[in-house]
Amino acid sequence: MTAAAPPVRRMRLADGVRRHTITIYAFLALAYLMLPVAIVILFSFNDKAGKFNFVWNGFTLKYWRNAFGVPGLFDTLLTSLRVALISSLVATILGTLIALALIRYRYRGRASTNILIFLPMATPEVVMGSSLLALFLTFRIQTGFSTIVIAHILFIISFVVVTVKARLTGFDRHLEEAAMDLYADEWTTFRKVTLPMIMPGVFAAFLLGFALSFDDFIITNFNSGQVVTFPLYIWGAARVGVPPQVNVFATALFGVAVAMMSLSIWAQKRRR
Amino acid sequence: MTAVVTSQSEAAAAAERRRRRVPYLLLLPGGLWLILFYILPMLQLAGTSLKSGSFAEGYRFSWALSNYGAGFTEFSAQFTRSILYAGIATVITFVIAYPLAYFIAFRGGRYKNLLLVLVIMPFLFPFLLRTLAWKIILADDGFVVDALKTVGLVSNNGRLLATGTAVVAGIAYNFLPFMTLPLYVSLEKIDPAMVEAASDLYANPRTAFRKVTFPLSMPGVVAGTLLTLIPAAGDYVNAQLLGTPQQSMIGNVIQSRFLLVLDYPVAAALSFTLMLAILAMIIPYIRFTGTEDLVA
Repeated sequence: MTAAAPPVRRMRLADGVRRHTITIYAFLALAYLMLPVAIVILFSFNDKAGKFNFVWNGFTLKYWRNAFGVPGLFDTLLTSLRVALISSLVATILGTLIALALIRYRYRGRASTNILIFLPMATPEVVMGSSLLALFLTFRIQTGFSTIVIAHILFIISFVVVTVKARLTGFDRHLEEAAMDLYADEWTTFRKVTLPMIMPGVFAAFLLGFALSFDDFIITNFNSGQVVTFPLYIWGAARVGVPPQVNVFATALFGVAVAMMSLSIWAQKRRR
Repeated sequence: MTAVVTSQSEAAAAAERRRRRVPYLLLLPGGLWLILFYILPMLQLAGTSLKSGSFAEGYRFSWALSNYGAGFTEFSAQFTRSILYAGIATVITFVIAYPLAYFIAFRGGRYKNLLLVLVIMPFLFPFLLRTLAWKIILADDGFVVDALKTVGLVSNNGRLLATGTAVVAGIAYNFLPFMTLPLYVSLEKIDPAMVEAASDLYANPRTAFRKVTFPLSMPGVVAGTLLTLIPAAGDYVNAQLLGTPQQSMIGNVIQSRFLLVLDYPVAAALSFTLMLAILAMIIPYIRFTGTEDLVA
């Protein structure tokens, strides 16, 4: 009977299999993406034996209770947060101004602006980090906190421009023109019409910049001098064994980020 | 009368001139930053790569092109390895990411945003910790090695850690979202009516995919490939954490020459060569897409 099933049904069966194949494939891919994250979280509860936290040895809460027990670790976290806050704030302002120029004006040099924004994104981090170090060495600038911030602002700007621009593809120029027709001057129009429209994009760019800066290792490694950020701490600790408290802080920060993301999605849904 | 008209048109002309200045004023601070800390450092890098001398006595500019030859002959293995590892990792990433992006774009339905959030979620975890997690996953007595030994893909006393396989796996993992997101963006833009039209014209699903969907997703394929290949070629974290010096890539050499050996000229020559190689790859891409879409 089944062998003699009409061709239409057989088509549907094949279709169903294909549909499920891609579903299974997609979920396997997502699981693959999540696996290392799950392992880092799991190993924050590992009662490790020996220096390295690589082998599961039983469940414990002692590293969560003693999260601040590793001297200096929390300071590196604060340093990273400070770097990320300052550099993403400055880069958001500089990048938004560039995005505004690109969105609202036709001017000579647009093509060069686009290339100048694109190049840093197409440059391997090791080249960007080492070229900045070459600059600082030539001008005998001591590397440290400020050189880290300079480097981070540089690589975040492009991402800000791209993000703000992407949010503005549906930007309606007529709203600005309407405001001008109603005798608003350019500054008022910008403040009352343009700014509220681009604000979600600007905020998204700030968050992206913050995350990129907080997690940057390669560029920072070249320009940090004696300053130790959170990723630099992990890099240094990797050779002698990363304390599980690092996993604890990463998990806690991940929790905060996920909570913030869920909150913003929930707020967006409510607004609609 | 005429005086009033001229002053009015003069005022209008002045306003127009002011308006024309605005975009340049907007560009000024960010543009200055990019010129000071991107263009100028690149020139410094090129300058440093032509210096000679020693760290103790100081390096002097002397058109020492020999740094390039010296760097290239001494580290050709690392250059080859970088291209090889980054290339293989990009192919693996593409094979994993394309169906995933396709699924989210065409079958995601109302869970589309949630699925996208899941793709970028690993980014909220420190990159170095995610890479170190692969040390646990690929450990000698871990389940992955055990499973591969059972099916005979790894010999009985074989291992994955400290091999090229581990480094490639780490790179492929780390850059997966960079491949998935551009693919998703270009697949999402495709009008389902186009694919339906193909099947109305008696194309079977496979032909419709090959002739319609895939060509239309090409911008995403190119962008995703570049976004994976470029950082992968310069990466040294995966090779350092998951490999041994036998797996070291050009990034490892650049960082150790710059930060440990303090041989700035050769390090700069290697770094600048890497940049030139990347530029050679992306210039055809810029020609292909035009400058407007670069920052889209």
